[in-house]
Amino acid sequence: MTPNWLLAGALLALFGATGFSQVRALAPVAPRLLSESGLYAGKGTRVVDRRNRAFAPQYPLWSDGAAKRRWVRLPEGAPIDINNLDRWDFPVDTRFWKEFAFDGHKVETRFLWKVSDHGWVFASYAWNDEQTEATLVPDSGLPDAAAITDGKRHSIPSVMECRACHDSARTEVLGFNALQLSDDRDPNALHAEALAPGMVTLRTLVAEGLVSPRRTGLASTPPRIAATAPDTRAALGYLSANCGNCHNRESSLASLGLSLTYELNPSASTCAPALATAINRRGHWVVPAHPETSRIINPGRPELSSLIARVRSRRPLSQMPPIGTVVPDHKAVELLTRWVAAPPEEWMQLAARCAGS
Amino acid sequence: MKKTDLVVSSLVIAAAVILTSVLAVASVGATATGQSGSSASITRGKYLVEVMGCHDCHTPWKLGPKGPELDMSRALSGHPEELTMPAAPALPPGPWMMSAAATMTAWSGPWGVSYTMNLTPDKETGLGDWTLEQFIATMKTGRDRGKGRALLPPMPYFNLAKLSDEDIASLFAYLQSLPPMRNRVPQPVDPPDSSQ
Repeated sequence: MTPNWLLAGALLALFGATGFSQVRALAPVAPRLLSESGLYAGKGTRVVDRRNRAFAPQYPLWSDGAAKRRWVRLPEGAPIDINNLDRWDFPVDTRFWKEFAFDGHKVETRFLWKVSDHGWVFASYAWNDEQTEATLVPDSGLPDAAAITDGKRHSIPSVMECRACHDSARTEVLGFNALQLSDDRDPNALHAEALAPGMVTLRTLVAEGLVSPRRTGLASTPPRIAATAPDTRAALGYLSANCGNCHNRESSLASLGLSLTYELNPSASTCAPALATAINRRGHWVVPAHPETSRIINPGRPELSSLIARVRSRRPLSQMPPIGTVVPDHKAVELLTRWVAAPPEEWMQLAARCAGS
Repeated sequence: MKKTDLVVSSLVIAAAVILTSVLAVASVGATATGQSGSSASITRGKYLVEVMGCHDCHTPWKLGPKGPELDMSRALSGHPEELTMPAAPALPPGPWMMSAAATMTAWSGPWGVSYTMNLTPDKETGLGDWTLEQFIATMKTGRDRGKGRALLPPMPYFNLAKLSDEDIASLFAYLQSLPPMRNRVPQPVDPPDSSQ
């Protein structure tokens, strides 16, 4: 019998090794058509499935002025683990969709689907001219998919570009977290969309038991950015949503030492990381005409603040963000300029808050 | 020995041989995997750096007694910090497109002016604060640390993107094994006619 057992063990080990690659090959992939992704209520209809809940982050990502709609579907009976407030862990089979439209014309819908404990499918679908269906775009993306303005065109990003922002260690999902869904919305947030009836917020997530642990405090005292000046609150929110996805303590860019994300965890410092890591720091990139006095944020001197220069730029060598936008966000430049140009006493207050942290 | 036992034994031996081969192949892969600092990896990285022409642009050239030669005292340290380049020459109309410094470390073209990077492990001015993950992402995506601005001509990242992760890890291991050389390379310059 021994040789038979040996044979069985050897073959099991052998086929186990080769079988593993077959299992990987069978991993879920994005369907060819958007209508097959579960977004709509049925075949041939463009009515959104009732299980897919609309939401609107209070600090939206700038996408060259695109009108965006977003939906989430959580698997039944599987709440989001929010033990780490800054890093939500979504249950397997969570799905997100985000639709982009320019001038009322749908251009693309992005699809994010959690298919295993640590695996997400990233996909983009390009809408046809008739606006009746959207088809899966190749992993390499679709350059110049639609006109935006002044000869600029919107490109549908490659999967690699998607992952550049969405794989930044904190969480693959951006724009759906405690700060973004807080019911204490910032009235000065740039490009914010109004909450529509039925939209998911932090309060509804808690009330419906869709988060675990069910922290009722998040509903009664929704999180907000701690700031006395409205511009500081709006600026920190903008930076967190538009820059903090890559520039944070846990991303592969952590070694740059710049964190622009706003953290909610109780252990978070009273000094926002954006203030602690940007004020008076030289940074890797300097304002070209002022290499000696350039700082990431130079308090009182917006013209010497590389952060503003880079947000304003859409030159390939200097623009920030470097991916996903070809049109500068003028409102953001205006807000950040006004914020950095604030009187010295306001910056002294901010500096004092950070001094002890 | 019965015939059936013989067949079973043969099968066991065959399976064991195949299994051993599979494991051996996996093991070879593991030794080539980027354990930065391992002697084999550094040797492989040095070989790749030399055959892929990294020195051509990342080590400044100088004029020697027999013509241009690499200044190996500044090996792989990029564009010399003290060499401030004047404005790039205006090219006449026609198919000429780019200019290069005599050091081969500064290049001007429609993209602006690019300076070759310091690849030595100096913490402030080179790759000293880079992680292997960032280095691989840069080579694979053609973007600074995988997320930032696009790498600029003449960097042939599209060729390097074809390397295996193991080979890129070997490149990194070799570069990290070099003596750090402090040399702050200028940041790239936008083209003057850019209207944005």
